[in-house]
Amino acid sequence: MSSAVVESDTEFVALPVIHHARAAAAFTSDAARTDWHDESLWLVRKKRDVAAAAVPEWEELRALASAVKEHTLGRLDEYLVQFEKNATENGVHVHWAADADEHNRIVAQILRERGARRLVKSKSMLTEECGLNGHLEADGVEVVDTDLGERIIQLAGDTPSHIVMPAIHYKKEEIGTLFNRTMGTQEGSADPQYLTEAARADLRKRFFAADASLTGVNFAVAETGGFVVCTNEGNADLGVHLAPIHIASMGIEKLIPRADDLGIFLRLLARSATGQPLTVYSSHFHAPTPGREIHLVLVDNGRSEQLGREAFAAGLKCIRCGACMNTCPVYRRSGGHSYGSTIPGPIGSILAPNRDMKKYRELPYASTLCGSCTDVCPVMIDIHEQLYAWRQEETRAGVQPPFKRLSMLFAGMFLGRPRLYRLGARLMRFALSRLPRSAIYNRWNAWGRERELPQLPEESFRDWYVRTGGTSE
Amino acid sequence: MKVGLFIPCYVDQFYPQVAKATLQLLRKFDCDVEYPTNQACCGQPMANAGFQNRARAAHRSFEKNFDRFDYVVSPSGSCVLYVRDHHPPHISAEEPAGSADLSERTWELCEFLTDVVGVESTGATCSRRVGLHQSCHGLRGLRLGAGSERQLQAENKVRSLLEMVDGITLVDLDRPDECCGFGGTFAVTEEAVSVRMGTDRLADHLSHRAEIITGTDMSCLMHLEGLARRRSESVSFRHVAEILNGDV
Repeated sequence: MSSAVVESDTEFVALPVIHHARAAAAFTSDAARTDWHDESLWLVRKKRDVAAAAVPEWEELRALASAVKEHTLGRLDEYLVQFEKNATENGVHVHWAADADEHNRIVAQILRERGARRLVKSKSMLTEECGLNGHLEADGVEVVDTDLGERIIQLAGDTPSHIVMPAIHYKKEEIGTLFNRTMGTQEGSADPQYLTEAARADLRKRFFAADASLTGVNFAVAETGGFVVCTNEGNADLGVHLAPIHIASMGIEKLIPRADDLGIFLRLLARSATGQPLTVYSSHFHAPTPGREIHLVLVDNGRSEQLGREAFAAGLKCIRCGACMNTCPVYRRSGGHSYGSTIPGPIGSILAPNRDMKKYRELPYASTLCGSCTDVCPVMIDIHEQLYAWRQEETRAGVQPPFKRLSMLFAGMFLGRPRLYRLGARLMRFALSRLPRSAIYNRWNAWGRERELPQLPEESFRDWYVRTGGTSE
Repeated sequence: MKVGLFIPCYVDQFYPQVAKATLQLLRKFDCDVEYPTNQACCGQPMANAGFQNRARAAHRSFEKNFDRFDYVVSPSGSCVLYVRDHHPPHISAEEPAGSADLSERTWELCEFLTDVVGVESTGATCSRRVGLHQSCHGLRGLRLGAGSERQLQAENKVRSLLEMVDGITLVDLDRPDECCGFGGTFAVTEEAVSVRMGTDRLADHLSHRAEIITGTDMSCLMHLEGLARRRSESVSFRHVAEILNGDV
């Protein structure tokens, strides 16, 4: 209780640290919008509950999915080679990218060599992670995101705030204004049907004009060399089937061993994500049709390194359903952008420190460790336990702020040694009973800004117990 | 059956009535209870803040105080979960041996009453509308009930005990097990979100006309009470032990 940790505002200006707490405070300062954001996502969580409850073997499915992923990650090297061999035999061009930059260069080169200037993309968090759009645009390629949410983000010049619903932070009125400005829709119209149709008509032209399409990959199957892309809008399929070149970008952790395993994941993914039994389209790609090309880029970008960290490898089981975000009481009230990483929310908070522990050091603390993320996760990632583990890792690595280190040194002394604890408690009781209110509720007392401190009883339990032997009243 | 009573530091200082109720309740069920007077904290505040290395003294003190008991019982799901999950030998091999099974002998009050004592009636009465705040570490950590995320049918031990109180009305909530936002140092480091989470929980209870908000952890209730008192809400906050002991 006495170990309040409040960073001073000026302490770390020089460091490129993401300040979740500050961004979250800015977000919650608009109370009505916070309500709206929280309710929107809670609604999705409730839909997920209904969908999960309709599957009697839900918990078995989770356990199975977790086991398949753990098995695959344990032999990822073998399965990747098997996958490459089978995909190549199918006529797919397989590329390996060690990092984001190499991924972007591979994609740019494929397009350049074929003179492709217009690319349509379906939703892919990996290309967000790699910053592909900017890279291609600098190369003179016109990139169009075709997932409606991502299109909104692209038109607004924004970044996704959620991995399944990238534009969940926009209200329909704001989208109306955006579309009016960028596509000339009727001024003041915020009718979702009308706006969606306008975006659809606009996108259709771009689909027809595209030289190449890019999709993400939800699952890749080692034994067949095929891969599956799940969408609700059919935009991936339209893009792929119209353009002669299909580039698929895939994180190496997306692999599963057998086609038979797909059923486990497809049943879990959409139910966990949005409460749908399946996404509207689960498209399987194996081989290019004659005269066309499929390029598959396998991206590492820090994943192998994470796989080598025993305590944190399980984060690679993630199938990107977003359920942990929808259920997270902190995410719902702080918004995806407050995390400052491509993948926000609880899963983002255990993935991001793998890349840069110092920059993302606040993210493992953007949680009460309530454990809802772990219980909602369809592949049973121990998210909240990893958040706890990252906190310890930060201390070991020496990236904790100095004030916190000092306060925890004292907290450990006073709370761990009975005599010092009692002395500290006496001092606290003396201070709380004698000091004027204005001295207690000062600007450093973060607890007291919106909350009263508990009322001080006449004597502590221990004092009562010692005085009475624990018998009288 | 020798029971050691572990009273979390903040309960000792701010909520002695909760500790008294726990002591009396255990005695009612014929437990031979003793409160070792040289106890301090379980170590969770430091460890959850990332400084497990600063919690070692607390771990040793806990062990010294409680190793001689058959059971250690505490009116806090959070502290008990911490002892179970993170006390040695999980921390480092150089810690004194013999405490592994101490963490297994450590029980949260409601699970102790249910699983060890086998309580079937309490003899308590309470004629008020009561909202149960399901503290996360008890619910999802100790599995005192099935959280709303998991598709399991499991008895909720806290609720079942409260239902043994004559005349009690347990109110339904819109979100039966969302976190209150206390979270230890989270309450101050993420003050804005913590406060939002708390006010949302409070509003849920109030909109269902709860007169008392109860739970297994005074830490959550301290946070909610702090918000309620600042806002002059008339709802009161009592630990489950106080209701089961007939203090309300």
